[in-house]
Order: sequence, then C-alpha cells, then structure tokens
Amino acid sequence: MTTREPLLQVENLKKHFPVRGGVLGRTIGTVKAVEDVSFTVHKGETLGIVGESGCGKSTTGRMLLRLIEPTEGKVFFEGKEVTKLSNNELRKMRRDMQMVFQDPFASLNPRHTVEKILEEPLKVHGIGTPAERKKRVKELLETVGLSSYHAKRYPHQFSGGQRQRIGIARALMTKPKLIIADEPVSALDVSIQSQVLNLMQDLQKDFGLTYIVIAHDLGVVRHISDRVGVMYLGKMAEITSSEKLYDHPLHPYTQALLSAVPIPDPLYEKNSVVLEGDIPSPADPPSGCTFHTRCPFKMDMCEKLVPQLQEHEEGHYVACHLYSKGKQSASQNKEMVGGVV
Amino acid sequence: MRKEPVLQVEDLRVSFFTDEGEIPAVDGIDFYVREGEVLGIVGESGCGKSVTSLSVMGLIPKPPGKITGGQIKLNGEELTTATEKRMRTIRGNEVAMIFQEPMTSLNPLFTIGNQLMDATLIHKKGNKKQAKQRAVEMLKLVGLPRAEELMNDYPHQLSGGMRQRVMIAMALVCEPKLLIADEPTTALDVTIQAQILKLMKNINAELNTAIMLITHDLGVVAETCERVVVMYAGKIVENGLAVDIFKDPQHPYTKGLIQSVPDMRYKKQRLYSIPGNVPRPGSIKKGCRFAARCDFAFERCMQEDPPLYDTGEGRSTRCFLFDHKEAKEDDNQRTTVTS
Repeated sequence: MTTREPLLQVENLKKHFPVRGGVLGRTIGTVKAVEDVSFTVHKGETLGIVGESGCGKSTTGRMLLRLIEPTEGKVFFEGKEVTKLSNNELRKMRRDMQMVFQDPFASLNPRHTVEKILEEPLKVHGIGTPAERKKRVKELLETVGLSSYHAKRYPHQFSGGQRQRIGIARALMTKPKLIIADEPVSALDVSIQSQVLNLMQDLQKDFGLTYIVIAHDLGVVRHISDRVGVMYLGKMAEITSSEKLYDHPLHPYTQALLSAVPIPDPLYEKNSVVLEGDIPSPADPPSGCTFHTRCPFKMDMCEKLVPQLQEHEEGHYVACHLYSKGKQSASQNKEMVGGVV
Repeated sequence: MRKEPVLQVEDLRVSFFTDEGEIPAVDGIDFYVREGEVLGIVGESGCGKSVTSLSVMGLIPKPPGKITGGQIKLNGEELTTATEKRMRTIRGNEVAMIFQEPMTSLNPLFTIGNQLMDATLIHKKGNKKQAKQRAVEMLKLVGLPRAEELMNDYPHQLSGGMRQRVMIAMALVCEPKLLIADEPTTALDVTIQAQILKLMKNINAELNTAIMLITHDLGVVAETCERVVVMYAGKIVENGLAVDIFKDPQHPYTKGLIQSVPDMRYKKQRLYSIPGNVPRPGSIKKGCRFAARCDFAFERCMQEDPPLYDTGEGRSTRCFLFDHKEAKEDDNQRTTVTS
C-alpha cells in the first residue's frame, strides 16, 4: 500500500555532459541531459517516468543510484544524502536500491551460469554462507516463475522473457526497498510483456517494493504506475497521479504525446494533435520553454522565460506558462485540445 | 467494388537450412493485397512476418534460406521463378520496401540526393537533370522542409524521423504499386511515429499505393490498416477486416494478444497474459502450434494441425473451435491449406 512517507527525494538534479572536439579534445559545449529535476517517491508506490529519446529519463534513473555522477543536485534515500556518500557507503546503500535493465541480452554475463549471476550481489555484499546463498538463488528463481533447475544453465539457453525474469531475480537478491527499472519490457514481445508486468506487480505486493519505472510506452506506464512524470529535453514537464495525467493532461507536450499513441481499436476516433518537427538537440536546447518550438499554444513569453514546475492543483505539477497566469487560459487550452479520454 | 489484387501469395513456404536441419520459417501462407489498400501483417518475433516480406522482394538470403514452395504473383507475374535480373527491374519499380532502421538502410557515404537520384537513373526513367528534379519533388512530397538543400546532406545530418521520410521518398521515386513497410516506426519516438503514420496514410490515399505494413504493434495496425493478417509460428492464424478482428477476435491467440496490450485509455487491474513462450520456428511438429499456450485446447488440438476455416464475411480462423459450426452447414466451405 502507498503511504505518504517519502523513500526517495530528488532535488534539483542536473547532469551536463561535456562535448569534446577539435584536435586537442577541448570542451566545446555541454549537453544538458538532465536540467533541474526534482521529485519524490513514496514508500510502496510506483513512479513512472516517460518521455521520448534524449529526454534524460535514463540518465535520471542512473543518477539516483550514482551509476552516473550528477553534476549538481541532491538525492536523499530514507533521509540519507546519497550524493554525499563515500564509495564504501554507497556500495552498502545499493543493497537497498537495485536496477533492472532494458536489454536482457546485454545485461547478463554470457559466460556465467544463472546461479553465479544471481549469487554475485550476495557475494559482493557479503551476505550469507555459500549454502544459504544457493538456497536463496533457488527460492528466487521460483519466485520469478522459473524453476530451481534453471540455476545451472547459461543465459543463452533462455528466451527474452525468461532472461528478463532472471534480471528481476538478480535485482531482488539483496532484498532491496527500491527498484529502478529502465525500460523493463520494451525488448519483449507483447504476450511476454504482459507476463513480466504482472510479475512486477505481484512482487511489489509480496515484498512491499517501491518502483521507479522508466519507459517510453505510455500504455505500459499507465498500467503499472501510481504517479507519472513526463520529461522533455532534460526537464520535468508535468508530474501527477496516473489518472490525472492520462485523463486531464495539462502540459501541451503531455497532451500531444498522449494523442500520438496509437490505440488498439480501429473504431476509436481520437483527437489527434500531430506535433510538427523533431525533438531539438539537447546540446543546443531552445531558449525559454524548451518545448516552444513545437508547441501549438506558444506565446511570446515562452521564448524568453523558463517555466517553473508549479503545483496547479493538489498534487498536479506542471511547468507551462499557460498555467502560471491563472486558470482562465488553462481551461481555454483544454477546450481547444480536448484531453485524451 | 472489388479491386484487383496487386499481390497474391499462395501457399508460400520458406525454409532455412541450418546445421540443425530444415527450419520452416513460413509454412504455407495465403494472402493478397488489393490495389490501393493497406494490409497489416501482425505477429511476434519469429512468426515469419519479415521473412514473408523479404520473399516478396526476392531478398531471402540463399543459402541458407530457400523458397521451398508456393507462388508469389505481383501484378500477375510469378516472382518465385523470376531471374535475379528480372527481380532487379521489379524491385523499386513495381514493389519497394522500407525497413525498421533508416540509418542502416541509407548509405552513409553518399548524399541524400545522390541516393535518391540512383533509383531514377538505374531504372532508366530519365536523365540526370530529370532525376534531380524528381528527387526534389519526392522530398517535398514526404513533407521534408528545404528539399533542395537536403539533397546535399548526408544521412548522419538528419534525425531518425527525417531519415525514415527519405526512405519513403526513395521507395516512391518510381511510383511502385506496392510498398512494403517492415516495422517502419518501431525505432521512432511516438510523436515522430504519428507523423510517419500520417504520411503513409496520405500517400496511400493520394498516390493509391497499396501498402503491406508489417508490425508487432496492434495500435499501429488499428490506426492504419483496413485488413489484417495475424501470423503465429509461420502460419496465418486469422485474417479479416481490422474492425472485425479488434471487435471480435476469433482465434485464441488473437484474443490473448489484444487483451495483453495495456490500453492507455483506462487502467486494468491486471493484464491478461498468454502463458508460455513464443515457440522457436520448427520446434512444434505435431498439432496446432498454439495448443501448448491455449486456454481452450482440447485433445484434437494436440494431434492435428487445424486448417484455416472460413468464418464468413471475409474472415478466416485457424482453430478447431470453428469447425463444428461449419461441419453442420457445409463441409465444402473449408479452405484447406493443411500441410
């Protein structure tokens, strides 16, 4: 069950990657992959982070675990500042925060048996005796819907869906509190995708896990998330409960994103807002609101002023000038687009 | 009014010969694409949908692949026996294909203009000047801004969505009757996907180009296709109008597939999931290929391979559940495609 107790707090997180060029490899620019992102994850909930390629969602996920060092900003896990920990303390903390990766082919060592792969996190953290570790491997294989005899096999002997189950089992080995899943089902077939999503929901119930699910598939994110954040060019555009976001999206980008998703129903008539143009390069983001180059409701101020993420209604945060002037323009906007129902 | 089929595939069989023996990737499929229509071929990985499209293009790598049986008729011409020389004229001219990853399908060493002009020049549809004019025209048609300047750009200078537009332009240079699109939007972001799908629909409407769209995404199918063919493990399990299939799927696999997709419009408590895994091609020797994962399977399904039953209104389904209805009424209605 979701409590309002925060497990993870992210404050003004930033990541700037230097762009090197020329003969001397000097820094000739920066890619602002993540620019000032803040959010909170409560115990037992699932926070979905959606966005298109290059929006910084994966970089954000990795910074939470410090797999990528943040340029600026703070991450608190159970009140402790992750961004200040020494390497040793960080390793201990990672027992409680684990990651599931997208590609089940690339994230499992092909030369190791499943047993070895699953045992590794326990060894690293010095948990249990060899016999206990082997027992836990077998337990977890069954928990994720595989069999204990699979322990002796190698990754190539499994299908994509089974490999993703192994990836999930590995993340669960150290009994973590938080799991960050970066595109956990996007490499899987539709029929296998639903199996893995159901498994993730069951595990959450059984072990009281908290999830951060990073994905580009809006259907998947709605299905699994309690709250959803939408990112565009390194910034959080909107964040709120999944019902509010999908039924009453406020940010024009969220509205366009939702209306772009093909609905598996030929009779469904949607109010399609096809966005013109491409996603701008994060190395050279537009001034002001980064979405102004594609926004159907662009105003003069959007080119100059950066909109701040503000609470529009209770628990509904949006970074858009349409809502900073009051509710009038907001309702007007809704009429024009007609939220995706 | 019924239009003539541009493409007619009958009992097509394609196998790959490997160290493990013959692996049938496509095992006796029949379908057609009519002039100016959009046909969707849906299925999961390994179901044979891409092999089908490559067979039509004559692009199956041989060896190890081989068309072991059946016919492919494009505008009435048999393609399975056509010479490579003849295929070269047909490809691009009468049928063209676009692929999933536009970066790997464009030559990074040549400019966009150069590659676009090639098609006209190779098929001897004009001189260099005309070819250039035609290329610019095509770039404008697919909605690319500043077409003249783009002619001198290299593929890496374009974004994914722009590259896919260039691929579509290239495919349409010689005005083929049929465009095969193999997962054309899978590598693209949703907002760009929406643009490309809109473009393909416009092309279909304006140029009357028939499109065979191969995809795993049921949403894309529902949005763009009139008719749908559902494939599973090298066979067609169901076909019919998209409207009918999504409203009332007949085959248990199609049903399961549609229920497995999380719908963005509302939240389901729990997703339906088809148990088990997608079988490897050639691993099921006996009975219905879906039987092991099917909720409705009975004794007969384990023993016999069901034929494609005609279920009326242009629909057909490969499932014994639809056998008894027909057996009572008219035994001849069955379309037997059993192996």
